[in-house]
Amino acid sequence: MDFTLNDDQKMILDLVEEVCQKEIAPVADEVSEKGEFPAQNVKKLASLDLFGITIPKEYGGLGMDYLTWTLVSEKISKACATTGLIFGANLLCTYPLLKFGTEEQKRKFLPRLAKGEALGAFALTEPEAGSDAGNVQTTAKKDEDCYILNGNKIFITNGEVADIYVVIANIDKNKGARGLTAFIVEKGQEGFTFGQHFKKMGLSALPNVELIFNNCRVPAENLLFKERRGFRVAMETFAAGRIGVGIGALGIAEAAFEKAKEYSRERIQFGKPICSFQAIQHILADMATKIEAARFLLYRAAWLLDQGRPFEKLASMGKLYASETAMEVTTKAVQVLGGYGYMKDYPVERYMREAKLFEIIEGTSEIQRGIIANLLLKE
Amino acid sequence: MHIIVCIKQVPDTEELSKVRINSRTNTLVREGIKSIINPFDENAIEEALRIKERHGGKVTVLSMGPPQAEEALRRALAMGADKAILLSDRSFAGSDTLATSYTLAMGIRKIGEFDLVLLGKQAIDGDTAQVGPGLAEWLNLPQITYVRRIELSSSKIKAERSLEDSFEIVETNLPALLTVTKEINTPRYPSLRGLLKAKKEKITVWTSKDLALDKERIGLDGSPTQVVKIFTPESPKRGKILTGEIPEIADKLISEMKKRKII
Amino acid sequence: MAEIKILAEKCTGCKKCISACPFSAITVEDKKARILSNCTFCGACVSACPFGAILLEREAREADLSSYRGVWIFAEQRNGEIMPITYELLEIGRKLADALGVELSALLFGNGLRKKAEVMLNYELDKIYLVEHPLLAYYRTGPYTRAMVDLIRQKRPEVILMGATSTGRDLAPRVATRLKTGLTADCTGLEIEKGTRNLIQTRPALGGNIMASIISPRHRPQMATVRPRVMKKARPSGNRRGEIIEVKLDFTQEDKMVEVVKFIKEEREIEDLQEAEIIVSGGRGLGKAENFSLIRKLARLLGGAVGASRAVVDAGWIPSYHQVGQTGKTVQPKLYIACGISGAIQHQVGMRNSEIIVAINKDPNAPIFDIATYGIVQDLHKFLPVLIEKLEDEKRR
Repeated sequence: MDFTLNDDQKMILDLVEEVCQKEIAPVADEVSEKGEFPAQNVKKLASLDLFGITIPKEYGGLGMDYLTWTLVSEKISKACATTGLIFGANLLCTYPLLKFGTEEQKRKFLPRLAKGEALGAFALTEPEAGSDAGNVQTTAKKDEDCYILNGNKIFITNGEVADIYVVIANIDKNKGARGLTAFIVEKGQEGFTFGQHFKKMGLSALPNVELIFNNCRVPAENLLFKERRGFRVAMETFAAGRIGVGIGALGIAEAAFEKAKEYSRERIQFGKPICSFQAIQHILADMATKIEAARFLLYRAAWLLDQGRPFEKLASMGKLYASETAMEVTTKAVQVLGGYGYMKDYPVERYMREAKLFEIIEGTSEIQRGIIANLLLKE
Repeated sequence: MHIIVCIKQVPDTEELSKVRINSRTNTLVREGIKSIINPFDENAIEEALRIKERHGGKVTVLSMGPPQAEEALRRALAMGADKAILLSDRSFAGSDTLATSYTLAMGIRKIGEFDLVLLGKQAIDGDTAQVGPGLAEWLNLPQITYVRRIELSSSKIKAERSLEDSFEIVETNLPALLTVTKEINTPRYPSLRGLLKAKKEKITVWTSKDLALDKERIGLDGSPTQVVKIFTPESPKRGKILTGEIPEIADKLISEMKKRKII
Repeated sequence: MAEIKILAEKCTGCKKCISACPFSAITVEDKKARILSNCTFCGACVSACPFGAILLEREAREADLSSYRGVWIFAEQRNGEIMPITYELLEIGRKLADALGVELSALLFGNGLRKKAEVMLNYELDKIYLVEHPLLAYYRTGPYTRAMVDLIRQKRPEVILMGATSTGRDLAPRVATRLKTGLTADCTGLEIEKGTRNLIQTRPALGGNIMASIISPRHRPQMATVRPRVMKKARPSGNRRGEIIEVKLDFTQEDKMVEVVKFIKEEREIEDLQEAEIIVSGGRGLGKAENFSLIRKLARLLGGAVGASRAVVDAGWIPSYHQVGQTGKTVQPKLYIACGISGAIQHQVGMRNSEIIVAINKDPNAPIFDIATYGIVQDLHKFLPVLIEKLEDEKRR
């Protein structure tokens, strides 16, 4: 097993680290306090070509692997979880386009996404359908050279700010999951509007928005893959997306761990820095161990994906373990900082609120355990 | 428009100052200090790239230093410079600002035609701000130092030059040499595409043999100034730490200030 | 070409040279020191070696230095007013001239400055070379360089001091390069080496982390720019023994390569940091730009100016003219309050000469406490509001 990064990866990560430290991390508090979409950060990522990492050169990208994307995403998430999730949600649009799109669709949409001129999003969740993806109520009806979409999507990450959406609708409600079909819908399409902006416990600057389709006529050439194959599009996209969500959680855990470590060295109680007490040392040791374990689950999942080998089980394990680790590490970080940890003056209380989301999105922890068990027992 | 930007690779002094002086050995602990492009020179590169984007032309970056300085030049290429040249020779070592500006001037002579030479206002390791004016003198160019804004027409350049508590607007004909402050712009980061491209590019290296140099003017022998002693600044005495609850400390501080008749 | 050698028979591999080298240019392999290619021949290792195992050879060159005599200072004027740095140069210039046993002269360039020159005669100096010409009314690199170089070639002084100001740092390197002589920037200490008559010029380097003493033993004149607000100011002696010598010079069109179009005095929130008696400075510990309001409030309450560390200026929290330190301003107020500033050496360089330093930082190991008169190990977000409240009470009383 080779754990060394190649020269290109090292060079890229050095640059991303520099930009994250100088530009993104310093405004993370401000971003979350204001609760406004961090357009400046997104612009910066775009100017660095980061949105094009996994998109092949012929479509205007850099043609690099998902492992590199994962390493980059880890750095961004550590600096600012909101920006990390915006970056991650974008992949949920580029990934299915690359995997299932026709040549024309790729030529039409990918170059703008690669340059960061357009942002992507993926829309499945509805009031009645989340974990139960088959229960999507949004309908699609073929009408000459169009599909007519009707229905509402909720909680959609990058909603309204994104320009290109992969939307899952049902073409045959009686068939449940077997009726699901994926479409590419562009912002500005008639009959496609935005509703509620949902208010959240944390990550207030991350757009989670309601999408409204009211007799929205999507051109037939925007059908992604095939009719009635939307469930597969969704499941494969989610599997890859789990690496992204897992790495986002890992980034938060790393940030919380560093703050706790730093604080434990500075804080003097009973005449000594608190890091000299065994109780604190054990907490730090557990934090670091779990972070390292989560990291290698996720790196391995990304590596398997790049090899074209089955990666779904590892992706679920990585997402599950990283998000639960993030929750644990951030909670303990608040504990290490004590009263200060609970105060808004320090970022650890924010990390704790942010971490919770990662146990829920892209399949809850319960769903992940289900997937893992399912895949295990098939082996 | 051909713009030559002279850059210097420097240790990141911000990192350097994070590291303490070892009080036992009275030396600097400086392991793992990164090398960077002198920050003011990054502003000069950025300004050159902006001029090129507006008026067309090309940007050449030039540096004098050890072979490792290639790294700084490569970063400049990744930012968007067209060509990079390194003046590197064992005999250049020990150059003070006079010898450095002479060697750079000879490098620029070899490059040939140009319209503008840009540098940062000073390097953060030496902080002398002497190489820019020195270079202008060797090349017999008009100089404008501490520039925070420029306006360019085909044959003239108008610049805002920062003074201590004021500024002046000055004008000169091209070619000219300018040194810039950090107010002039915000340097861009290289893009990944730029990084990957720059990695493959060849950096021209000129040694003393390639330049028509007067050997008496280069390196240590061409440097009138000599460092005779290097020492760490003496550390003044540590005062007293005020302790107690916050209101108590505030009272102590205020009464000390009153005692010293400051308030 | 210069050469640096390790005498293998004397080297014991003790590594003292490694600690002494400011450029990480020495390694020890097989118990012998080896000089790396990034060596700058600074010589720090030579004096550090307890065994005399390092040899630095410079090419010796003879030069007639004895025909240069006298100390000059450049009297800086802007819009016809003598700048404060001039009086600092007069003080240190006098000391050096006395140590050398020579005359102290001032150069004054401008147009219609006779009266100002008369006033300057109240200070302890021997000559004022007054050059008046319409082209010299306002500082321009070309004509000033020309005037100074012409005078130096005629009169041959051994030492020339100028202010490390926007003018001095523009002019001095141009002049030094035309004369091909040595120049040291931004000096904070100057003295004469007995016997050699060399000017020992001390200045901070590497962001203020080290001090370097520099000489120009083979060249005259020895030129230096002097960091403002470090040297004491001269006082008028009333003992008028000096004379004004008017010098006529002609200029060519070529001397006037840069045209000054306009001079604009900036209207900033006053804050001449360097003149302020009290300075309240903020650093990264403030957490974010908005928290500078705390610093401003305290400064206003004390009638002081606002300062800042390089980190927060670089982060864009506050404009750079507030910056104190090696790449910012040097200040010497009666009271300097550092809030949330760790006190990197490059910051200390700019404020260590303040009369009283108060440091507020939650990290007890912050280097700022090494130089603080009063240290307060507290979170500034908690401490400052209390201090401000108490000071407001004081005021009301």
